[in-house]
Amino acid sequence: MRDSMNRRSFLKKSFVGAGLMLAVNLSGFPPILANARKTEDENPTKEWAPNAWLRIHPNGIVTVLINKSEMGQGTWTGLAMVVADQLDMEWKDIRVEASPVRDEYKDPIFGMQLTGGSTGVRHMYDTMSKAGAAAREMLIAAAASEWKVPAGECVASKGAVTHPKTGRTLGYGRLCTRAANFPAPQDPPLKPREQFQFIGKSMPRLDMFDKVNGKPVFGMDVFVPGMLCSSIEKPSAYGAKLLSFDKEAAEKIPGVQKVFTILDGIAVVANTTEAAWKGCKALNAKWTPGSMPDLDDISLQRMCLEHMRKKGLTAKNIGDTHEALKKATTRMVSTYSIPYVAHAAFEPQNCTADVRADSCEIWCPTQSQTGVLNVAMKETELPADKIIIHTTMLGGGFGGKVEVKVAQEALAISKTVGKPVKHIWSRKEDFRNDCFRPGSLHMIEGGLDGQGSLIAWRHKVVVSAIMERLMPALVKDGIDPTAVDGIGNMDYSMPNLYVEYVKLDLPIPSGFWRSVGNSSNTFAVESFVDEMAHVAGKDPLEFRLNMLKQNPRAAGVLKKVADKGGWGKHASEGVGRGIAVRFCYGSYVAQMAEVSVDRKSGVIRVHRMVAAIDPGQVVNPDSVLAQIEGATIMAISVALKERISFKNGGVATSNFSDYPIMAMSEIPRIEGHIITNNDKIGGVGEPCVPPVAPAIANAVFAATGIRLRSLPLTPDKVRSASKVKS
Amino acid sequence: MIELLVNGAKYQVDVDPDANLLWVIREHLKLLGTKYGCGEGACGSCTVHIDGEPMRSCQLTAKDAQGKSITTIEGIPADHPIKEAWISEQTSQCGYCQPGQIMQAVALLARNPKPSDEQIVDSMDGLLCRCGTYPRIIKAIRKAAGRGGSR
Repeated sequence: MRDSMNRRSFLKKSFVGAGLMLAVNLSGFPPILANARKTEDENPTKEWAPNAWLRIHPNGIVTVLINKSEMGQGTWTGLAMVVADQLDMEWKDIRVEASPVRDEYKDPIFGMQLTGGSTGVRHMYDTMSKAGAAAREMLIAAAASEWKVPAGECVASKGAVTHPKTGRTLGYGRLCTRAANFPAPQDPPLKPREQFQFIGKSMPRLDMFDKVNGKPVFGMDVFVPGMLCSSIEKPSAYGAKLLSFDKEAAEKIPGVQKVFTILDGIAVVANTTEAAWKGCKALNAKWTPGSMPDLDDISLQRMCLEHMRKKGLTAKNIGDTHEALKKATTRMVSTYSIPYVAHAAFEPQNCTADVRADSCEIWCPTQSQTGVLNVAMKETELPADKIIIHTTMLGGGFGGKVEVKVAQEALAISKTVGKPVKHIWSRKEDFRNDCFRPGSLHMIEGGLDGQGSLIAWRHKVVVSAIMERLMPALVKDGIDPTAVDGIGNMDYSMPNLYVEYVKLDLPIPSGFWRSVGNSSNTFAVESFVDEMAHVAGKDPLEFRLNMLKQNPRAAGVLKKVADKGGWGKHASEGVGRGIAVRFCYGSYVAQMAEVSVDRKSGVIRVHRMVAAIDPGQVVNPDSVLAQIEGATIMAISVALKERISFKNGGVATSNFSDYPIMAMSEIPRIEGHIITNNDKIGGVGEPCVPPVAPAIANAVFAATGIRLRSLPLTPDKVRSASKVKS
Repeated sequence: MIELLVNGAKYQVDVDPDANLLWVIREHLKLLGTKYGCGEGACGSCTVHIDGEPMRSCQLTAKDAQGKSITTIEGIPADHPIKEAWISEQTSQCGYCQPGQIMQAVALLARNPKPSDEQIVDSMDGLLCRCGTYPRIIKAIRKAAGRGGSR
């Protein structure tokens, strides 16, 4: 698939005088996104597009078109570095922008235009390398023909082609026009790593200047001429149907233009977002009790326990776990529970849509351009080539912006009113309509042999399916791969492993959340490994390394955090250390936590996190460090504080006041370490999350002897465990 | 009609005096660097200066700001030490909450040019960031205050 995709993109070469174009400012004042509707001959200067991925301007500026959404992870800068190295240019001449949404911009491995699974650099590295190298070869050919010398005598370097024999030099910009006449090489020679000037060095983010000056165009910042603002009042209980609403009351709100039922709710269309939201409040809508009216925190817990008693599907079966447990010298069972958590990206979900009879244009901070295109084709009944989608900057994503419900709503409303609409979910709606990281319940039984080695593991997990809704083709024999990620494919050699999956069928939607199944499953797996180490009377690090003899890179990151973190050395009074490891999306990560616990208040204080990541190769080291810091902080937040609450058949949580996230005063010192080697490039946006929660829980045990098996690790749980213990 | 003084310019805005200041700044003045995050003053993404004081614009009305001097992220020069330190420390990730963070930090340094780490955290603590840029925010403020940086 990868080859055919590349070929398709490389065979195309064109001037972009008609087609792709520079930013077109539609309204004159606010920033409007690039690639707007009318592009025919609006740019008097012809830029050259050697392939779909870049354009070279006669002034030498190279613009890289990036198919992966920039949501803070730094993928735009990383992919631009890959192009810049192969093209061999000056960093000051590089620019980036979001690529259009078309087949040639699909991720060649996913077959979709989608940002997820930490795939930005690792899925696009080869394509972007070739894109840069192909352009470089064409520029060399152009210079050689102008000078009438063999191409082999010419060298491309720092934005220019030179002919060392005669000392002649021509800049890339100057060579644009001539280069367009040469065929695009299908298999251009790639520069070896020794010649890279950017990859492996920390390069400044290309979006940083704009981001400190309030300039990037997030979805929220899109304004198009004649647009209205809309909101949909939806029920608070899942599956509830509309009974009544006060249309006139909403229409009386100044600025409200139209009120009508649509999809699962009532649309209020107004001149401003504020008026649309006020209109929704005035509706005083009444709803049926919904599909599971008794759903609340207590009933959710009860349902998980009931499901734990059900027979599930076998997700993994190695050796004979039943027999091995029978023969084990020591056996232990533990149960772990994990709550639903929200993405809570700071830019709430939003979409601007302009649906016309014969065309449709969408501006959206999305992680799934293919998803938005599909829902647009469905809502508008237009073919793909009549739909233009602009990916804006994303104010955080974390997996949540893979969802397309907000786009569906914007499209349906625009189609109804016949005007462009900007549709923003309030913070409350963003919480209530989120597709959460699903809650789960784990029961694990382990057995030690006479030497204290862990030789059998029986694991039953109760959790909602994610892939069934988002990528059903990946569900095999009823097993949702996200349900058992990190369990069936755990990093340890386990001679007897039995994994059973019980699907929790609830109306609560579950989705991709930074590292998906890995984040919750690793809490259970790495907490249990720690428990077994203590039962065996072994050091938790040694106990793990003993099971990682076949997995040197996992052992390597553990040893790194142990070494840098002072594992085995004396810690300050009252401070406990805990470790955990996980391979996730191509990268190995270990975390070591240092915590202390105030037994009276129950407050856990994380003082220090030492992280090590082995992603094989690294493009932008500082970007990797930023992801270590950010992912670690988000994961501590989730480990200590976050839990979505349910009541009356729906979500009770409504804002940061009842869903506190980590603040500056709560962060620990974070030390990040990067290990590189010659292996394939791994992901960096998500893999630092999974080992954080178990490392903290393991450190709490080391500090206090209290084993916490339920997330989040809140003070009340510490206090009640303290009482039981004393 | 309400008259607002924003970044040194006078604007006549045709809004209800009780209109929310954040949305007036965004939707009427089209100064889009100021962000909506929570609407209840809990996150700080909408922070602007009112007569030099950092305030959550989502908790104010247009009337509240009338006759006062409003400064938004667009009104802080690009060569302000805080903005420059933010860049040299490579602070922002998604960038959405950062204008609010920067406005709070600029106000902190105006009041206290050499804040201690404790004073930095005290002043910044109400401003949330989902990407976890806090360590770099602290470094950037230290650097802008002339206390060195990591690069």
